[in-house]
Amino acid sequence: MSEGLPVPARITRVIPETPSVATFEFDAEFSFIPGQFVMVWVPGVDEVPMALSSASSITVQRVGDATAALFRLGPGDSIGIRGPFGNGFPRGKKMLAVAGGVGAAPLLPAVAAGGVEKVLLGARSRDELLFREKFASLASLSVATDDGSLGLPGFVPELLNPEDLASCDAVLCCGPERMMARVLALLVGWGCPGKGYFSLHRYMKCGVGICGSCCIDPGGLRVCRDGPIFSGDLLVEGEFGRYGRDAAGRRCPV
Amino acid sequence: MITLLPGPVSAGGVTLRNHLVLAAGVLGTTGASLLRILRSGAGGVVTKSIGPIPLEGHPGPCLVPIDCGLLNAMGLPNPSVEFLDEISSLAGQPVVASIFGGSPEECAAVCRWFQGRVAGVELNLSCPHASGFGSALGTNPSLVEECTRAVASAGLPTWVKLTPNVTDICEIGRAAESGGASAIVAINTVRAMRISVGLRRPVLGNRFGGLSGRAVFPIAVRCVYELYDACSIPIVGCGGVSRAEDVLEMMMAGAVAVEIGSAVMEDISLFSRIGKELYSPDGIPAREIVGCAHE
Repeated sequence: MSEGLPVPARITRVIPETPSVATFEFDAEFSFIPGQFVMVWVPGVDEVPMALSSASSITVQRVGDATAALFRLGPGDSIGIRGPFGNGFPRGKKMLAVAGGVGAAPLLPAVAAGGVEKVLLGARSRDELLFREKFASLASLSVATDDGSLGLPGFVPELLNPEDLASCDAVLCCGPERMMARVLALLVGWGCPGKGYFSLHRYMKCGVGICGSCCIDPGGLRVCRDGPIFSGDLLVEGEFGRYGRDAAGRRCPV
Repeated sequence: MITLLPGPVSAGGVTLRNHLVLAAGVLGTTGASLLRILRSGAGGVVTKSIGPIPLEGHPGPCLVPIDCGLLNAMGLPNPSVEFLDEISSLAGQPVVASIFGGSPEECAAVCRWFQGRVAGVELNLSCPHASGFGSALGTNPSLVEECTRAVASAGLPTWVKLTPNVTDICEIGRAAESGGASAIVAINTVRAMRISVGLRRPVLGNRFGGLSGRAVFPIAVRCVYELYDACSIPIVGCGGVSRAEDVLEMMMAGAVAVEIGSAVMEDISLFSRIGKELYSPDGIPAREIVGCAHE
C-alpha cells in the first residue's frame, strides 16, 4: 500500500461556467486519463467524488452540502485531493460523445484528447449548456435543450441517429442517469450496447474499491474502482437507470 | 511452505467452505458484492455491520490508504432492517451478519432479524470510532458479557469481534465466552489518527479512526495467541492478513479460520490466489497447526 493522504491544493481561479456550474482551478497537477475522478475534500465539511475537467481543475454543479461549501471558497483557499481514481474513458479514433448537464465536465478532456468527431450536448436551457464553445472548437457539435432555447427542443438522446452510430467505434456518455439509460436503450435497440461507455455516479466513501458503498447490481461491480466508466453491455440488466443507494446503503430511485 | 487439506471448515458453529473469510465492513454493503466475493473463492463472508436504525456514517474523508495500511472512520453507515432484502438472494450461503447496537437489548433485537437468514452473527463490540456503539461497549467486560448473552440467546452461532484497544484483551475474551459466544474474532482496527500537514488538520472527517492492514498484523497475532491461552472457544483471526503464510501464522497462533479485509483493496481476487497457495490434496489437516506455536 502507498501513502494516499489527500494532496493539498490551493484554488487559483474560479470560473463561472453556467448559472449553476463553476470550474475550480488549483495549483496541483494530476496525471490522469479523461473520465477518471478525484475525491475532493472540503475541509470541515465532507469529501465528494468529482471528475477532473483538466489536469488541474474540477467543474462542479452546486448540488449538496459539500459542493455548496466549495462554492463559498475562492482563490487562496485550500482543498484536499485524493486520486485520480477509476478507469477512464477508452481511447479511439471515431468516437461520439453525449453529454448532459454537468456530465460535460469529464467529457471535455476526453474530446480534447482527440478521436471524438461529434459531440451531442444537452441541458435544461441555453444558459446551462456547459463548455458549448470549447466543444464547438474541438468537434462537430449538436445541441438540445429541454426548454428549446437553443438547438433541438427536447432530450439530448434524441440527437442520436443510427447512421452516426454505425460509423463510429464508441459512444462516450456522461450526464443524468435517466438520460444515459435512454442512450443505452437506443443502443440496445440498434443491437450495439457494447459501443456505449457510460460514466456512472454513485454515492462513494472510500474511492479505492474497498468500502462497497458504490457497488452496483447485479454483479457487485465497484463504480469507484471497476468504473466509473462501464460499457453498456455490463449495464443492460441491473440497477442502471432504475436505482442507486444512499449514504446508508438504502436503495433509492435515480 | 506447508499446505493444508481443502474442505469445509467449522468455526464456532458456522460451516465455511475454507479458512478464508471476508472481514466485516469490506464490500459488504450489497448482496451482489458479497456474492462476488463468495464466487471469487472466499470460504465465507461477513456483512457490513447492521444496527437498529439506518445511519449515514461520518462525513469524509472516511478512509485513507497510508503506507502501512488503511485508516478509516466510516461511522457504521448501514441501511438497518432494509439490509434483509440485500441478502435475500444469499440464502444457504456461508454468510455471517455483522450486527451492533447501543445496548444488549438493541443488539438482540437486530440479531433476531437475521434468524433463519444467515449462518451466524458477528457481534461488533469493537468499532473504535462510533460514539455509543462498538468499542464503547466492547471495552467493558460486563457489558460484553451482557450483550453476548442477549445475542446468543437467539440461538444463532454468535461470533464476538473484539477491540485491541484495551489493556487486557483476555479479560474481554473471557467475558464473551461467559456470555455464551460460539467464537471470538480478533481483532478490529487499532485506534489511530493522521494529520494533513498541508491543511493543518486531522485527515479523517471524524478526526480519529481505526488502523487496519499490514501494520496491525503483529498486534492481531499477539491477541489471537493470548486469547488462545485464555479462552476455550474457537478464535477467528483478523487483522493485516494478505498472503497464505499470514494465514498459517494466524492459525499457529490459535485461529481456526482467518478474516481478510484491507488486502482486498490491492487485489479483489486474493481469496482464490491465497487458496491456491494454501491448499493442496496432499496437504496436512489444519488441526495439526492450529495453536501449534503454544507447544
